[in-house]
Amino acid sequence: MSSGTAELVARALPLTGPGAPGRPGAARRERLGRLRSRAAPYVLIAPFFLLFGAFGLFPLAATAWTSLFRVELTAPEAREWVGAHNYARLLTDEFFWNALANTVLIGVLATVPQLLLALGAAHLLDARLRGRLFFRVAALAPYATSVAAATLVFALFYGRDQGMVNWAVGLVGLDPVDWQNGPWASKCAVASIVIWRWTGYNALIYLAAMQTIPPELYEAAALDGASRWRRFWHVTLPGLRPALAFTGLVSVIGAVQLFGEPLLFSSGAGASGGADHQYQTLGLYLYEQGWVNLHLGRAAAIAWAMLLLLVVLFGVVRLVRGKGVRR
Amino acid sequence: MGWRTATRPRGRRRRALALLLAAALLGGCATDPPVPPAAGSGEAVDGSGRPVTLTVGVYGTFGLKEAGLYDTYMRLHPDVAIRQTSLARADVYYPQLLTHLTAGAGLADIQAVEVGNIAEVVDTQADRLADLAHAPGVREDDFLPWKWAQARTADGRVLGLGTDIGPLAVCYRKDHFAAAGLPTDREEVGRLWAGDWRAYLETGRRFAARAPEGVAFTDSASGVMAAVISGANPRYYDAEGRLVVADNPAVRAAWDLGAEFAEHGLTARLQQFTPDWDQGFAHGRFASIACPAWMLGYIQDKGGPAGQGKWEIAEAPRPGNWGGSFLVVPAAGRHVEEAAALAAWLTAPEQQAVLFERRGSFPSAEAAFGLPQVREARHPYFGDAPVGRIYSAAAMGVPVAPVGPKDGLVNQILSDTGMLQVDQTGRSPESAWRAAMKAIDNALDR
Repeated sequence: MSSGTAELVARALPLTGPGAPGRPGAARRERLGRLRSRAAPYVLIAPFFLLFGAFGLFPLAATAWTSLFRVELTAPEAREWVGAHNYARLLTDEFFWNALANTVLIGVLATVPQLLLALGAAHLLDARLRGRLFFRVAALAPYATSVAAATLVFALFYGRDQGMVNWAVGLVGLDPVDWQNGPWASKCAVASIVIWRWTGYNALIYLAAMQTIPPELYEAAALDGASRWRRFWHVTLPGLRPALAFTGLVSVIGAVQLFGEPLLFSSGAGASGGADHQYQTLGLYLYEQGWVNLHLGRAAAIAWAMLLLLVVLFGVVRLVRGKGVRR
Repeated sequence: MGWRTATRPRGRRRRALALLLAAALLGGCATDPPVPPAAGSGEAVDGSGRPVTLTVGVYGTFGLKEAGLYDTYMRLHPDVAIRQTSLARADVYYPQLLTHLTAGAGLADIQAVEVGNIAEVVDTQADRLADLAHAPGVREDDFLPWKWAQARTADGRVLGLGTDIGPLAVCYRKDHFAAAGLPTDREEVGRLWAGDWRAYLETGRRFAARAPEGVAFTDSASGVMAAVISGANPRYYDAEGRLVVADNPAVRAAWDLGAEFAEHGLTARLQQFTPDWDQGFAHGRFASIACPAWMLGYIQDKGGPAGQGKWEIAEAPRPGNWGGSFLVVPAAGRHVEEAAALAAWLTAPEQQAVLFERRGSFPSAEAAFGLPQVREARHPYFGDAPVGRIYSAAAMGVPVAPVGPKDGLVNQILSDTGMLQVDQTGRSPESAWRAAMKAIDNALDR
């Protein structure tokens, strides 16, 4: 919070100083004081909501409004009302469904191995290793790397003719793989970048959660004769539940919005996500519609469809889990 | 991000803000350095102490600055300072330029526009751009007629002045040609395919019969297709401005020829402007490529010293134009008159000749062809080929084909969605054509 905000709060709440004792109207003052103490949290939290309104809610509403028009980037002031047309056409837009399928597939390919790997890595980092600090910092290094730099390096790795991955594939005696054009190969390649980037981050979250589990629980379990595996299963995992829920949530949101990795994966494909749109995600399709094809209305509709997708996804999760996601 | 909204009415400013906000949220972020703050008089005085500061917004390494043209102009005009803002990627630059134009804010005094977008800019942004037809020093006769026409509105205003063009030739590797038993002299090679791109295909098949190990005849099917289309008339739009890409036999013929290159295995199956393509130059993986004038520097850069003395340039089977740019002057600028004068000077034949001499961008000013820097130009990396003469001749033969608003987009989809699949995944030309047409319809919202 900035000093400006603090000042604002101070001015709004001249906290109970030596406030003119002995004057009449003590009840009123008391009421005021109660009001103040009740208002205080709201005032304190207001800056966030003001910022959220300006940079979160307003763009959200503006996007919703835009999605009801045919509007081009070449002339944004010339809007033509089309109602739900931009949404209706998504239902029959094969490029949209392709992007949706790609998003889900790459999301699964990236999220599941990523979280499992992170769990394993956290378990290893939790043990008494030599040079633990080094490994912990190393785990976080990919997360700190810019997505652009990382993806460009991966694009070189996955080059068809001179790429390192294909060189290794050749060593094993297999035919080179076309990582750009293969419908599955390209999705795996993009997913691998996501895995590389986020595994360490998730591992550190799991590690932090693991270290909050009281050692007595392990001791008790060990005394009861539980094996290492059973201790992991019955002590560690239950202790990690909030962390698992959090990383799952964040990963799913990240997967639905996946954008940078597929955009930069091929310098020749840009927003098309490959020659046959084989790794075009919803985020890329949105970008292509808005900033390559210049159809702002359609892009806005895709943006809202992505939000709805997340809402539906979490609604389903809540239903399935009955009690709902723990916060 | 530099805004110049201090004197603009409120509503417009709010709209500009909303648009920029939207741009920042949906798209990338701008990287322009800040515009110098306005002094009380309304004149910008930056560190240079000069009363007028003109900004030029370009994409990529445009070359004007690198060729030293700004420095020359500032020496000639002590009251003008010139600053350039550049975005590396043209595909990021263009939507941002549109956003700035429609918002009337964030614009440079002069903006570069690529030929694939010029018709759309002329169509949709005419009232936001200054007419340059009568700017001081501008002479219609200096320019190639087709280049001049591309930036002209229906009512005769000229909104963009041509900088460079991309006349076509074919670059080839003498060592590979010799190994395959083909002639290596540029005149003889030119005669192999003179007049007909199909003869280029036949040469390719002759080459393939005796090709050195691991060397393809050309880099990509898309490259061949683009080169053939670049000499067609009409191309994607007819004279009435209707999109005819699906029905134009010339486009289909170019498509079929490109596909034949792929099906006969005459390509290295590369995609242009990707790292693999760059490495293709470095490793000599193909023997020839349709090369517009602006590609020479790229080939030299990627081919490196290892390619020195191996490359040559022959005339293309048919003249064509691939690429090129314009300078436009937004009417919302604070120094429209000075900016128009600068744009006129930068695109005058003498300066275009300098740009060619130092950067290899071929002049769109026909009047520059006779200047010694162009007429007598030879390229040492390409066996001292008389590039001035070869490209001048190609430029003079380019047909005056109509350009359409979505030329750039159509081009990109045909190459990178359609032909790329024929070349790299072996998809049948018919099925890839249908996919490309579908993608074009979707992109153009038809």
